[in-house]
Amino acid sequence: MSDAAPAITQEERDDLRRNGILLTSLEELYNWGRSHSVWPLNFGLACCAIEMIAASMARYDIARFGSEVFRPSPRQADLLIVSGTVTKKMAPQVVRLWNQMPEPKYCIAMGACAISGGPFKQGYNVLKGIDRFIPVDIYIPGCPPRPEALLYGLVQLQAKISGQPISGPDAPRHLRTDIECDCPVPEFGAHDLEPPQNPAVWQPPAAVVRPDKA
Amino acid sequence: METVEQLRDRLLARFPGAGITVVTNPSPAAQHSLLLSPATARDIARFLRDEPGLQFDQCSNVTGVDWPDKEIVETTKVTLPDPAGGPAKVVEQKSKRTEPGCLEVVYHLYSIALRHGPVILRLRTANRTDQVTLPSLTPVWRSCEFQEREVFDLYGVVFDGHPDLRRILMWDGFKDHPMRRDYVEPDSYEWEPTPHGEVLAKARQHYPAPAVVATPEVPKP
Amino acid sequence: MSVSDLTPLSAPGGSTVRAVHDEFHGDLLEVSMGPHHPSTHGVFRMIVTLDGETIVKLKPVFGYLHRNHEKLGENTSYLASMPYTDRLDYLNSMTNNWAYAIAVEQLAGLAVPERAEYVRVILAELTRLLNHSCLAGFLMQDCGCSGTPLMYAFREREKILDLFEALSGSRMMCNFQRFGGCRVDPSADWLAGAQRLTDGYGAFLDEFEALLTGNEILMARTQGVGRLSPELAVSAGVTGPVLRATGVAHDLRKVDGYGVYPRFDFRVPLGDHGDTYDRYMIRILEMRESLKILQQALAGLPGGPIMDPKAKLRGFRPKAGEAYGRIEGPKGEIGFYLISDGSPNPYRYRVRPPSFINLTILEDMCLGRTVADAVIILGSVDIVLGEVDR
Repeated sequence: MSDAAPAITQEERDDLRRNGILLTSLEELYNWGRSHSVWPLNFGLACCAIEMIAASMARYDIARFGSEVFRPSPRQADLLIVSGTVTKKMAPQVVRLWNQMPEPKYCIAMGACAISGGPFKQGYNVLKGIDRFIPVDIYIPGCPPRPEALLYGLVQLQAKISGQPISGPDAPRHLRTDIECDCPVPEFGAHDLEPPQNPAVWQPPAAVVRPDKA
Repeated sequence: METVEQLRDRLLARFPGAGITVVTNPSPAAQHSLLLSPATARDIARFLRDEPGLQFDQCSNVTGVDWPDKEIVETTKVTLPDPAGGPAKVVEQKSKRTEPGCLEVVYHLYSIALRHGPVILRLRTANRTDQVTLPSLTPVWRSCEFQEREVFDLYGVVFDGHPDLRRILMWDGFKDHPMRRDYVEPDSYEWEPTPHGEVLAKARQHYPAPAVVATPEVPKP
Repeated sequence: MSVSDLTPLSAPGGSTVRAVHDEFHGDLLEVSMGPHHPSTHGVFRMIVTLDGETIVKLKPVFGYLHRNHEKLGENTSYLASMPYTDRLDYLNSMTNNWAYAIAVEQLAGLAVPERAEYVRVILAELTRLLNHSCLAGFLMQDCGCSGTPLMYAFREREKILDLFEALSGSRMMCNFQRFGGCRVDPSADWLAGAQRLTDGYGAFLDEFEALLTGNEILMARTQGVGRLSPELAVSAGVTGPVLRATGVAHDLRKVDGYGVYPRFDFRVPLGDHGDTYDRYMIRILEMRESLKILQQALAGLPGGPIMDPKAKLRGFRPKAGEAYGRIEGPKGEIGFYLISDGSPNPYRYRVRPPSFINLTILEDMCLGRTVADAVIILGSVDIVLGEVDR
């Protein structure tokens, strides 16, 4: 006699559900609640913010994805959509807002500027990507990305949240006791931010010069 | 509206001895400007604003420009006598001199009351290093307040008489003047997957080229 | 001695709120509004010193979106800077493009065909409609009606953006004007769509005004708030609807008569009091005048080339010299000052930002008012941080 219980297939679960019996796991229920009510912070930096506002307006309507209200206070928000260029003058404020958001929290880098500095990369005041200081979950390319692209990114985030286990080493940050969630806030130096990036979050990648171009 | 030469003559009649020269503009726009010496600039500005017939009541735009030091090489022909008594040799000698650069502030003035303009004023500092003070025109036109702060922040021109001269776009502890031509950016490296041009040069400094891995020979059948 | 020597409020480690002591007023409170604030229209910060609820001093802090646009302009060729002008005042990309094109055309002495001038007028007036509708929506958002007027305004904005996307390929960053004309010739279908939009916009404005203009809450919150005198406005270089709300008749479409504006019959609305309600009403009236201009431009659009056949796009090197070109954008006078030294890149590239200069008198308008009024006054000045900080 085998010890393993027979697995219930998805078709059997759908059949039961049609008959009014819901069979689920705690993890699925927990993640279903979390992923379908992600509330963004009312935070827009530059041009991408206008597309974010357009995504929350009547034609594209982010509310049907669960992001009904944009919270003005970081204490009540789950999602930081960094939409627009992060300048070095603004970077400490962004990191401070990120620290003030309680876990579980997610970050979407919307637009080319938030991902890597974008068209303003050669800038003395431009931070080359917000992922130099805070951990980013979803990157949405575009300049600016269409509102549909933001909605697609939100759906990807929902899929990511749904796939997170609630225990074990792959559990999200808020369910683990072994990692530090706060990111250090950079200071204004004489020529640049100090430190210019957060080594715990971003490491410059390995050699990028192609051998044939060396 | 009168031409810029007529305006200069009018101003020289009112302020004799002031340093006012016409800077011609070779482009088709033909917007010529007046270069003023800093000493009488504010009085001239007030005259331009208050004189009936001129009434330049709006200073529309204040721009800073950096003209760096220029190296000029001059060649002169020098006749050197031949010590052995033969014919004198004509030798070309090159001498280098540095023409000092300056920081320039350009003001565009318009008249809303009389609907004419622009009159363009230029003020130049003596050099780019220690004599960078110019009179502020904020007491004459309030619109210069923020724009002169920006020129101070990005170029380093100190405006004498400005009510609140501090940095406006960069943070207060920032030490450089970024719009100057000799500004060097901090090394916050920009990673690109396929760098070329300047970014490739910077990438090579940061990362050595990877060792070329010999691919194993595929034996021929 | 008015302000004590505590840690300056602008230091990153400092607090958002601190107490200061003033000999005249007694104990005051200094609050930092922004750079992240639900209503500051972007990353803009105001350090307000309060006596109770009344504002005693207000210092704006800029630079949170300073993307060194002017330095980029020096390292980029003339045409390659055109997409960067889209991102200055990111709501009105068509008018930014036009101002830059006018400056370069003056610098190089280029002519623009008549059809292109008409198309530029059509796109600029559509942009003005878009901007003023969104401004009315955002102003209402600041007043506290969270979302409804903004949603109506954005519904109309989406229709205009559909037109922009059909013509230029992008909703917001259109990159449409070129030196010597426009990039794409609008088709008959596009023009029919523009005509339909223009015909239907009047009904939307009636609906919008029925909701807002006679609304007693709006009137109570904005009438008499943030008065600006015409003399201060002129001296401070304020332009656009903020200047016209004080009663000064200065509209570059009439004063400079650039493009083909002298051919159109339209009026310039002026305000009486210079307060926030006047600034709101000016924008509603300007939208109606824009519809008149649009009807005339669409009816009188001539045929012909959309781009000057002699204009050179590649290898564009204007002769040495300088030029300052300006237009009446929806926010005010937007101008570009270019110094050329004969090379493909400009030697100096300067943007005259209307929003930045309009903020000179923000403190004057807010003194003596409450914090809630400061939010509304800032909303009525109509700033976009991409332009303020460049």
